[in-house]
Amino acid sequence: MATATAQTTDTPPQRELQRRMLRQMLLIRRFEEKAAEAYALGKIGGFCHLYIGQEAVAVGSLSALRDDDYVISSYREHGQALARGVPANALMAELFGKATGCSKGKGGSMHLFDAGRRFMGGHGIVGGHIPLAAGLGFAIRYQGGDQVCICYFGEAAVNIGAFHETLNMASVYKLPVLFVCENNRYGMGTAFERVAAVTDVVEHACSYDMAAELVNGMDVLAVYEATQRAAERARQGGRPTLLEVRTYRFMGHSMSDPLHGVYRTKEEVEEQRKRDPISQLAGRLKEEGVLDEAGLDALDAEARAEAEEAVRFADQSPDPDPAELTTHVLAD
Amino acid sequence: MATLTYRDALNQALREEMQRDPTVFLMGEEVGVYQGAYKVSRGLLEEFGPMRIVDTPIAELGFAGIGVGAAMGGLRPVIEFMTWNFAVLALDQIVNSAAKIMYESGGQIPIPIVFRGPNGAALQLAAQHSQAWDSWLSHIPGLKVVAPATPADAKGLLKAAIRDNNPVIVLEGEMLYNLKGEVPEGEHVVPIGRADVKRPGRDVTFVCHSKSVAVALKAAEQLAEREGISAEVLDLRSLRPLDEEAIVGSVTRTNRAVVIEEGWPHAGIGAQVVDIIQREAFDQLDAPVLRVTQADVPMPYNKQLERLAKPSPERVVAAARRVLYLD
Repeated sequence: MATATAQTTDTPPQRELQRRMLRQMLLIRRFEEKAAEAYALGKIGGFCHLYIGQEAVAVGSLSALRDDDYVISSYREHGQALARGVPANALMAELFGKATGCSKGKGGSMHLFDAGRRFMGGHGIVGGHIPLAAGLGFAIRYQGGDQVCICYFGEAAVNIGAFHETLNMASVYKLPVLFVCENNRYGMGTAFERVAAVTDVVEHACSYDMAAELVNGMDVLAVYEATQRAAERARQGGRPTLLEVRTYRFMGHSMSDPLHGVYRTKEEVEEQRKRDPISQLAGRLKEEGVLDEAGLDALDAEARAEAEEAVRFADQSPDPDPAELTTHVLAD
Repeated sequence: MATLTYRDALNQALREEMQRDPTVFLMGEEVGVYQGAYKVSRGLLEEFGPMRIVDTPIAELGFAGIGVGAAMGGLRPVIEFMTWNFAVLALDQIVNSAAKIMYESGGQIPIPIVFRGPNGAALQLAAQHSQAWDSWLSHIPGLKVVAPATPADAKGLLKAAIRDNNPVIVLEGEMLYNLKGEVPEGEHVVPIGRADVKRPGRDVTFVCHSKSVAVALKAAEQLAEREGISAEVLDLRSLRPLDEEAIVGSVTRTNRAVVIEEGWPHAGIGAQVVDIIQREAFDQLDAPVLRVTQADVPMPYNKQLERLAKPSPERVVAAARRVLYLD
């Protein structure tokens, strides 16, 4: 891994930032656990892709960005939405398909939107949103802004044509886009090395004359710092960056898929769980005296309470009115 | 009123809308330095500069998606496809992104974008370069689709498309670009969703759009001259939404209809028009509605075969005679 671990835990603002990051990662973990329960109870339908194991990627990267930057993601986007500050209630309600959901119950797990927070979706076709990110970057450049657009996708999207067309154009047009490849090693049940000739995603950047960095996705501070560097590059010179963030999903591809079996072993998953990004950050903050066991428990209790409240809110929210079937097909 | 070609009418619409609204930009292959593969964007790079007239690599999926993203970011992109044949590569962005984001976001993110370019067959370009996508594109909720047949409608519909807050597909025609006609100057906006009677008549309605309007007009002329039959030519202009009222109104007057399109027959635009007529004007019909379409084959290269494949005035005349029970 190319990125050194951050060395900056000794000032109050940085301590506060790291506490906040831990709190957000815990919220994502507890939210996703609740989503899994609700799915098993039939309260969430369709496809539901959990973010457990990958929390450091969303939290580290979004902690490094501004509120006026754009965020766009694939269908595994609960984590980014929470890290962006979309209320857990509105997110859980959307998973439940309720009228109070962030997409009014019309999008579901794969199509979470919050335009006010510049969270531009949840998109369901692998790689299909990557050009949209460049378009948002194009709009920023056109309007003369210094924002950036951050775009999350899995390593399997790298085999899609849209990825290559977009990286080329983002580089040619000098667009302020951060392409974040969350390499969790498996596209559903297919190991990346079985279907990719080049398995270091970061290598693709040289085809498009783009800056790139390989990042340890289990280290939230490493993700934070790499994102800061990429954002700076985008804001100053309008240059895009490809970040390959190596991570691991502790759950199956979606709620309908097995955790392990034909494509990866139980032992591998257990081994990876030892690198849990939350325990790593918690351990480190305890070691450095930023947080004691009681402090950690308190943060976790807050996260659990917020996730539970989200389930209660979603449960009690109404379904969309039948008249909503035909609204929002077209804008006025 | 000035006489302009269809090409220059489109050019005028683009220029006027870009002057009017700084968020409008044009993106596509060869639109800038080369002045447009069909010269629709002639002179625009010089007037508006490379930030607003954007040349792209040959990457339809990529630049269509960049257009949609730019629309999400507050701009009004006009995406030019060198032809709609190539836009098939971009269908994921048109169908899954442009048409759905408004709905799946619960109304938070409108996508004001225009996708335009020539559609349907030209001359001897063979199967991959000679197809009409009218039916495919009109199938999708969340899109609007227009297909102007005259220079005046080309200008007015493109202006309306650019001002619309939704994705609008503009189907042009390579064979129409040199067509001349009178075009109102300045503010000439044709509302999307309204058909136009291009020739009034009493005995039979020809429902048509885009290039098939000229075919229908020629057939109507022949029928009038040779047989004293009065055909009404109804130009749909918009394929989604369809002007049901105009279709039903015309058939109610004439009691007979022939639907003409340059697409394939199976699940074509004509099938939708016939559905409307049988539902809304069943009691007014004096004969089954007939359709004239492209032959149900990939377009052949050979000139004679190609002519056989396309809708022609002769085939329209023959269909009209059948619905009038003259044959």
